[in-house]
Amino acid sequence: MALLEIRGLNKAFGGVRALQDIDFTIEEGEIVSVIGPNGAGKTSFFNVISGLFPPDSGTITFEGHNLAGRTPSEITKAGIARTFQNVRLFPNLTVLENVKVGQHCRTQRGIFGAIFQTAAFKKEEREIEEKAKEILSFFGTRLVGYRFDQPAFVLSYANRRRLEIARAMATEPVLMLLDEPTAGMNPRETAELTELIGKLRSDKGFTVVMIEHDMRVVGEVSDRVMVLDHGVKIAEGSYEEVSSNEDVIEAYLGRPAEERKPAIEERNA
Amino acid sequence: MTAATATSSVGRSLSIDWRRTLRVALLTGGVTIFLAAIGMVQAFNQRTLVEPIIKFGYLVVAAVPFTAGYLIARRLQVTGAETPRTVGDVVSAAIAGAIAGAMTGAFVAFVQAVPNIREIFPNLGPQLVETLTYSLGTGGGFVANLVLGMVLAVCGAAVHWLSRPIQRALVIGAEAVVIFALFETVIDDFFDWFKTLPNTIYANSGGLTILWAVILFTVAVGLSLYLPGRIPSVRKAVTSGDERDRRRKQIILIAVVSVALIIVPQLLGGVLNELLTNVGLFVLMGLGLNIVVGLAGLLDLGYVAFFAIGAYTTAVLTSPLSPFFNPELSWWLAFPVVLVMAIIAGIMVGTPVIRMRGDYLAIVTLGFGEIVRLTLLSDWLSPYFGGAQGIRNIPGIPVGEISVSGVTPELMVYAAIALVAVAVYVSWRVQDSRIGRAWAAMREDEDVAEAVGIDTVKAKLLAFVTGAVLASFAGALFAAKLGSVFTASFEILTSIIILVVVIVGGMGNIAGVAVGALVLIGVLGGPSSPGLLQEFGQFKLLIYGALLVFMMLKRPEGLIPSARRAQELHQEEFLQDAWLDKGDSLATSETEGKES
Repeated sequence: MALLEIRGLNKAFGGVRALQDIDFTIEEGEIVSVIGPNGAGKTSFFNVISGLFPPDSGTITFEGHNLAGRTPSEITKAGIARTFQNVRLFPNLTVLENVKVGQHCRTQRGIFGAIFQTAAFKKEEREIEEKAKEILSFFGTRLVGYRFDQPAFVLSYANRRRLEIARAMATEPVLMLLDEPTAGMNPRETAELTELIGKLRSDKGFTVVMIEHDMRVVGEVSDRVMVLDHGVKIAEGSYEEVSSNEDVIEAYLGRPAEERKPAIEERNA
Repeated sequence: MTAATATSSVGRSLSIDWRRTLRVALLTGGVTIFLAAIGMVQAFNQRTLVEPIIKFGYLVVAAVPFTAGYLIARRLQVTGAETPRTVGDVVSAAIAGAIAGAMTGAFVAFVQAVPNIREIFPNLGPQLVETLTYSLGTGGGFVANLVLGMVLAVCGAAVHWLSRPIQRALVIGAEAVVIFALFETVIDDFFDWFKTLPNTIYANSGGLTILWAVILFTVAVGLSLYLPGRIPSVRKAVTSGDERDRRRKQIILIAVVSVALIIVPQLLGGVLNELLTNVGLFVLMGLGLNIVVGLAGLLDLGYVAFFAIGAYTTAVLTSPLSPFFNPELSWWLAFPVVLVMAIIAGIMVGTPVIRMRGDYLAIVTLGFGEIVRLTLLSDWLSPYFGGAQGIRNIPGIPVGEISVSGVTPELMVYAAIALVAVAVYVSWRVQDSRIGRAWAAMREDEDVAEAVGIDTVKAKLLAFVTGAVLASFAGALFAAKLGSVFTASFEILTSIIILVVVIVGGMGNIAGVAVGALVLIGVLGGPSSPGLLQEFGQFKLLIYGALLVFMMLKRPEGLIPSARRAQELHQEEFLQDAWLDKGDSLATSETEGKES
């Protein structure tokens, strides 16, 4: 059984059909990239999977359970974590706190534990702290030591992206949705992050779906690529297959003028 | 800016920024006239600060041109560069002061000439004329106002010629005198066992004697010049050192505070203990609201509803005069029921409003607060809760043989302190827990909090319920203290004042809430109780408003801010700058430096 299986997913915002009959499956341990020109519906695809918007129709089956219509927190708890295209950290919380918050759905001590400082509460707090530090050490020395107690807003852009991935890791997901993880990074940082994405699978065992614009990154780490255009899946396959697909080239580059003519005449007729 | 300002940095230039001068002058005159018209000068003048020369009302009137002079001569302070001081600044201060003084004088003359104005502004009568002409007649009064305004403004401007430490020392000296004079009743009450002290420093008719005013001033100035750098600040002591050291110091601080809280009520008289109990009530409610607004970021404007529910539950369960249901339980047995009722009320109010955000939530909770009060008052519920008559004869808290109630304020205050201690402990522990972090995350970005796995509906309800429980504590205490509950005690104003306490004190900070309650409720007075400065009574809301505006402009994070809020409100600009220019590269090179 596939880890995530999506059938006939539809989502419209008013007259805009952001997603049209999308079918998509991913097996455990795969890294799949979702590409497409701006406005193709990539982020909407993520938003629907992670529950930010409910789908209009279609099924999202994750580990055998239908997730369509569940709240984002339930979906995160089920094992799907995500990052955001325009990094959305908790800016005034410290780096460590951001990761600790990520562990919320995997921990359970409530308000009474906090008030009475029960042994179980103290133990859990200690574990949360240790785990948070361990997760941050995944990024080398960039987010450790004096960084722990810095508020997230002082971080550089690249570090914010890393912290967001760390926060997603803290939710102990099976599947990670990374929305443009390398956007705004310089080539060196991009290379480093590409390697990290590979390690997310090899070291941590996450399955990854990512939206990415940098074709080098896509080519380097993805097992498979899905291409969206105007909310429709226009191609799917290996990077090589997709990059030579005519529809994909057309979606990105447009059609030569001679070929467009008949189409325009057709419309006018 | 005009060329005048540009040249004024050159030594002793005489240039004057006319627009600015005129603006300040009109503002100063306007403020003085306003203070006189609302009757503040008259009311405050009943209080003598230093017998027989300084009256409170005159001090307020004098402070206006003085401040104006100070502001007019203030220049941008640049570290490392000498701030230019020019004669021009003093001259413009003098002009502004004179214009303002002339405005006041003209206003007084106008009041004298048009006696009918009294029908519209009841404060503008012959007495005010007498006060503001300094009993010198119309012409003399005009000249006196003009000269006084000018002199005071010049004095204000001249402050900039003094060095910083001396400026500070003078301010502290003046503050010491004013505080000692204003808090005469407290000191009198506090030194009940050593009457000689208040009898010596205060004159028989009230106010400090001149001799002691001078002594106090000198001592305060001397101390402020001598002490800095010699006593480490408490704040620094508590926040410095390694973790264990800090912890030890914090424990010592807590111990000192608790011992003080146990001893102080013994030294105070009934009135002050009553006041302290009122402060305690607002600290309780402030801490509860702080959880809802400060930690979880849910603006609840109907918070007083939970206070009402706590008070009415206590009343119904303990009072023999409860009209419908009167089990006459003891307060101790009623208390757990109050707690349960608060939880139910928190869930009931919370559930329907939980999907709303920001302004909508504020408006809806505002409505809920009023609904609770109006239903209690309605014909429908009057047979059960007494309607406008309320419920009377609520017994105090029985402790052994004695009953602790408002009649025994020196005992009641301990009940308040005990409940506040519980609230402080709960707030402190919850802040740094899993649930506290969830609230903080929700306050920062609700959507993302939900996306990282926080069940925001549950977290919000929990915040509502915790807040409701703390408010119901205050309600139970209030009912036992007052012995009766009326719907009038639960008006919307109380909700607003609790919020103001939290904002002015410092949202998100326990000490801040306590200081806010002490300053607002203790000194100025609560919605229905007078504070230390009873002269402020009728101007309470005006001062609340002015204070709120001032705080929002100058210190939006509150008197004692939480670290997170201060950072949020002040480093946002810094962050943007860093983000836009070189912050990014700096941050990266910094990390690389660490790595290599």
